[in-house]
Amino acid sequence: MDWIPAISRWIHFLAGVMWIGLLYYFNFVNAQAAKAAAADGTGAGIGKHVMPRALLYFRWAAVVTWLAGAALLGSNFGAAFMLQKSHMAIGTGAWLGTIMLFNVWVLIWPNQKKILGMVQATDEEKNTARRVAFLTSRTNTMLSMPMLYFMAAGGHTQLFFGG
Amino acid sequence: MNNPLDSLWGTIILGLILTLILHIAVKAGLGG
Repeated sequence: MDWIPAISRWIHFLAGVMWIGLLYYFNFVNAQAAKAAAADGTGAGIGKHVMPRALLYFRWAAVVTWLAGAALLGSNFGAAFMLQKSHMAIGTGAWLGTIMLFNVWVLIWPNQKKILGMVQATDEEKNTARRVAFLTSRTNTMLSMPMLYFMAAGGHTQLFFGG
Repeated sequence: MNNPLDSLWGTIILGLILTLILHIAVKAGLGG
């Protein structure tokens, strides 16, 4: 058994489930729950106790997923990211995952720090941060659909694309 | 016009459309 690809694949799956699972929790559960909680004055606990923990696992799971994916690609890393024919499907998935990782660390996390009061921000800055973080999170939810499609297609080109 | 990403269904439909577009592009890239 070539254990590096095997362990990398396992870790890629574990961390990926945590990353995308939390992304779906934010979009399918928390966004509506936070709105309802804010309306009846019970939302403080979500911002104080839930979001910081969820975001901690979310952003680091994204990093681990990407690193394990890179290790899994190994010597095919360049072929995948250059979208060479032999690795076009997995390369497309890898690019989508990379864009999503960028969104997590450059757009979602810095804006969430303002929303949660971890860094100083005016009310106007918090409102802008809320909108940017929300739309970026929704963008990642949208991107997750083709990303997972191409991850699934990676080892099954014949099944997904025929020929 | 509303942003489709404001609704979950809009987000899912955009995801499906993007998946379809990329599927067609990759299939073409693989030679049809």
